[in-house]
Formats: sequence, C-alpha cells, structure tokens
Amino acid sequence: MSGSIHLDRISQADIERARTRFPTAFATPWPQRTLHIAIAVTTVAWLGYLHWLFDFGKIFAGIGKLWVIVGLMVNWSEFATWDHVEILQSMLETVTMAFLGTLLASIVAMPLGFLGARNVIPGTAMRFLTRRLFDVFRGLDQLIWALVFVRAMGLGPIAGILAIFVADTGVLAKLYSEAIEHAERGQMDGVRAAGAAKLMTLRLGVLPQVLPVMLSQALYQLESNSREATILGLVGAGGIGLRLSERIQINAWDQVAYIIMLILATVAAIDFVSRRIRTRLIAGR
Amino acid sequence: MEAIDHPAYRAFLARYAELRRARRNETALLIAIFGLLVLISVIASGFYPDKLAAGVPKIGEYFGKLFSIVPQRGAEPVPVLSFAHLFGGVKQPQSIAYWFYRFGTYATLLWQTIQMAILATAMGFTGAFVLSFPAARNLAGHGPVPWTVRRLLELMRSVPQVVLAFILVWPFGIGPLAGILAIGIHSTGALGKLFSEVNENADMRPVEGMTAAGGKWAQSMRYGVVPQVLPGFLSYALLRFEINVRSSTIIGFVGAGGIGQELKRVIGFNIYEEVSAIAILILIIVMLIDLASEQLRGWLIGSLAAR
Repeated sequence: MSGSIHLDRISQADIERARTRFPTAFATPWPQRTLHIAIAVTTVAWLGYLHWLFDFGKIFAGIGKLWVIVGLMVNWSEFATWDHVEILQSMLETVTMAFLGTLLASIVAMPLGFLGARNVIPGTAMRFLTRRLFDVFRGLDQLIWALVFVRAMGLGPIAGILAIFVADTGVLAKLYSEAIEHAERGQMDGVRAAGAAKLMTLRLGVLPQVLPVMLSQALYQLESNSREATILGLVGAGGIGLRLSERIQINAWDQVAYIIMLILATVAAIDFVSRRIRTRLIAGR
Repeated sequence: MEAIDHPAYRAFLARYAELRRARRNETALLIAIFGLLVLISVIASGFYPDKLAAGVPKIGEYFGKLFSIVPQRGAEPVPVLSFAHLFGGVKQPQSIAYWFYRFGTYATLLWQTIQMAILATAMGFTGAFVLSFPAARNLAGHGPVPWTVRRLLELMRSVPQVVLAFILVWPFGIGPLAGILAIGIHSTGALGKLFSEVNENADMRPVEGMTAAGGKWAQSMRYGVVPQVLPGFLSYALLRFEINVRSSTIIGFVGAGGIGQELKRVIGFNIYEEVSAIAILILIIVMLIDLASEQLRGWLIGSLAAR
C-alpha cells in the first residue's frame, strides 16, 4: 500500500507525494488565481473611477446634516397645528388614483392580452407588434408618464391616474397574454368541437380558466401601484406626494416623517386586504 | 316532460332555488360594494368624464408636438423625421442627426445613470449580504437580533426610493450621490429580505458539520452557508440591477442625478423633440439591459448548475 497515507505516522515524503498528486488541494491553480487578482484589480480601479465620477467624500460632509434632519423628524411637539384634513384628503386621493388607474388598466389590458397571445393570434408579425407596444408602455416608468401627462393636461390627479393606467396596461397586458398562452388546450378544443365560433371559444374555453389569474394579477398590481401613486405627486400628478414635496421644500421634517409613516400604514393596509382577497380567489378556484 | 312529484325532489328544488338566490344576492352585494368604491374614487380624485374628455385631446396634441419640429422662425411644424432627409447631417432638419444633435450629452448622462445603478446594486448586495445572515431564523435563532434586523430591512425597503432621494438631496447636495444612496438603501432592504429567505431554505447539515468541527458562527456561515446560497444571491442581484436601472432613470426628477434630471429639464422647458429623443434612448437602454441581464442570468444558472 504505497499510495495510502497513515495518519499516525505522516512523513515529509508523504506530504510531498500528496502535494504532487492533488495540487489543487494545497494551492489555487494559477489560472484561477490570476482571475481572482484581475477581478480584485478591476474592482479597485472601477471604484476609483466612480470616486472620480461621484465624489464619495461628500457623504462624510453630509452625515452631520443628515443627523440634524433626523433630529427634526422625531420632534412632533407641533402635531396639533398641522393641516391634518389636507394630508388625509391627499392620502385618500392617492389610494383612489391607484384604484382607478389599475381598474382602467385591467379592463383595457384584457382585449390587448388576447391580441398578444400566441394561441389566439397565430400571425407572428401582429403579435410581435402588440408585444413591442406593451414594452413601450412598460419600459418608461410611471413617473415619466406622469411628468408628461402633467405637462400635457395640467396638475392634478387625472394626470396621475392616466400615468398609472398607461404604464400598468403594458404590465398587465403582458401578464395576461402569458396567462392566456398557458391556458389548457383541452377546454378550448372541447368548446370548438361542440361547434362554437372563434369568439365563443375564447369566452367559454379560455376566459373561465384565466379570469382568476387575471384578477389576482390585477390585485397584485393594485398593491404595487398604491406604492407608486404616493410618489406621483412629486411631479405634480396629485395625491400625497404633492404634500410631501411641499413639506420637504419648506424643511418641515416633522411632517415629512408623519406623512411617510402614514404612507407606510396605508400601503400595509392595502397589502393586507388585497392579500386576503387573493388567497380567497386562489382557494375558490 | 312530466313533472315529478316526490317529496325528495321538491326538497331538492327548494334547496337549489335557495342556493341560487344566495349566490345571486352575494354577487349583487359584491357588485354594489365595487360600484360604491368606484363612485367614491371618482369623487375623491375628481376623475369626471367631462374633465377627461377635455384633457385627452391635449395629450394627443402634446404627443404630436413631441414628434415634430419647427424648422425656422414662423414656419409650420414638420415631422421630426422624413425619408428624404433621414441620413442628413446635424444641420439638416428632419434627419436623425438633427433630432439627436445632443447625443453626446445624453450618452454621458446615460453612462452616469448606469454607473449609478451598478453602484447602488453593489451597495445593496453588500448590505443585504451582511444583514441576511442575522435576519434568517434558522441561522440566528429567536433572539432580539433577527427581529431588529428584519424590522430594519422592512423600513429600508418600504420608504419609496424617490422620497428617500428627495430627502437625501438636502444633506448630500443635488447630484447622483443622493440617488445612489437612496437606491442603495432600498436595494439593501429588498435584497435583504430575498437573501434571508434563500438562507432559510439552505441545507443546515454543512453548518452543523462546521460547528461540530469547532467553527465559530462567522466561519460556519462562510463555509457552511455561503457556497450554497451564492448562486441564488447573484441571480436576485441581477434582477435587482434591472429594476435599479429603471429607478436611476427617474431618480433625477428630484435632483438626484442621471438622465432623469435632464429629462425633467427639457420637459419643463418644453423642448419637445429632445423629450422624445431622451425617452427613446431610455427605452432602448432599459430594453437592452433587460435582455443582457436575462442572458447573463440564464448563463449563470446554467454554469452553476453544471458544477
């Protein structure tokens, strides 16, 4: 047994033999080592470049000011003097913006979703164009749409609702068409075999399968949009964001903290309700 | 068909009618609640049909302006592109070069935007990596530590990042730094949650082995958990990078750097053809990064599964 090593009497020669037999157990092989060094050097160089680009030194200069702001945020001694009616009204406006925007989007996305599904529209060109249209709606952030709509039709929640509607139509139409593509063929075939026309096949063969999925996706988007809607006001598209932006600009940090907490509570409440409904939808299927 | 007259059948009919009525009532109630919600929403947000009808043509008008230019003083606006002049020089109206005549500036800003997204993702990855181990229930036990870390992560991810950026612009000044910090903090919270879930699904046997061999907590994490969870972490980080690219294009609206700051400026000054030019560039960049990241993720998962 010349190759085996006895643990109770290891000699230098045994170690040397093991080293030649299993070089990777004793040291990282050179290509890998070179790669590690190269990655480290690149990271350091890149961080240096970013330091030149962004000047991280300002972080340390700003920390002191940040503490001042945090200190002002926790001092709520003037709570009674704040304009609570305005704040709560804007919060309600935000929620309704998210609700109406998502509602409109989920209605409009339904026919679009069918147009983008492979098993409904067999032609490639048509489907390609529809899909790219969704991408355009989806690719630009809601805040960009909001800014454009505010510029086109003036300040106010309508611009916000339309921004949510446009961006969300892109998202939901894509999700819907994927849901439709994953629908079972058998039910469609069955309805068609019973002599149904194309439209009726979709109505009776596909829609009952995908409707719960669609509803649950729309609810999920409602949760996400109620988060997004809180910031649309920052560009003038109505809702709580506008109030928040005013208070940041006049450095009323105590109210800023209050509004942020209000937003967190509202979003959590909507999440809770929506999750309950979604669980019921999935259980009821 | 002769009517069947049997007590059992009558009971069945009565029960069936009762169930149908109950179902109908439930549906009517749901519709009523839903209608009420819509009504309240319409009133609270002032989303009346007449206002909408007045506004929609303005949108059409605005989008028309985005894709048209006024070539000379007093001349009628013409479409931003035409086939005859498509490849003309920078001085030739209706050419691509004329439309994107500030391409150099945009490219610099887009580069800056992507660097912001990369740095913010790196920041989020580092923060989330460190915090995900004390946040995982199976690794940190049931003391006050996991609870505190979890609440911290929740706070980080639930404050909207644009709001965070707006606040951070005050101490750190107008510019990309505030944006990077805001997106980085948000990414830490979002990734921290996902990472700690990956950790909770990790196989505990290597950890037990490390502990049995006398490893400290940090060592059993390093050699017992990290090798298992790293592929999952990287995949989530790439997904986050895609999201962060989008975020960094808009974070400039509150003065926190990147292409968003320029977009807000040209929208504010009504330089219509530049608005459409920047929007198109943002779309292209976002789509390209999505595609690239998808490829990279596929490759990453494939190559790590092959090991």
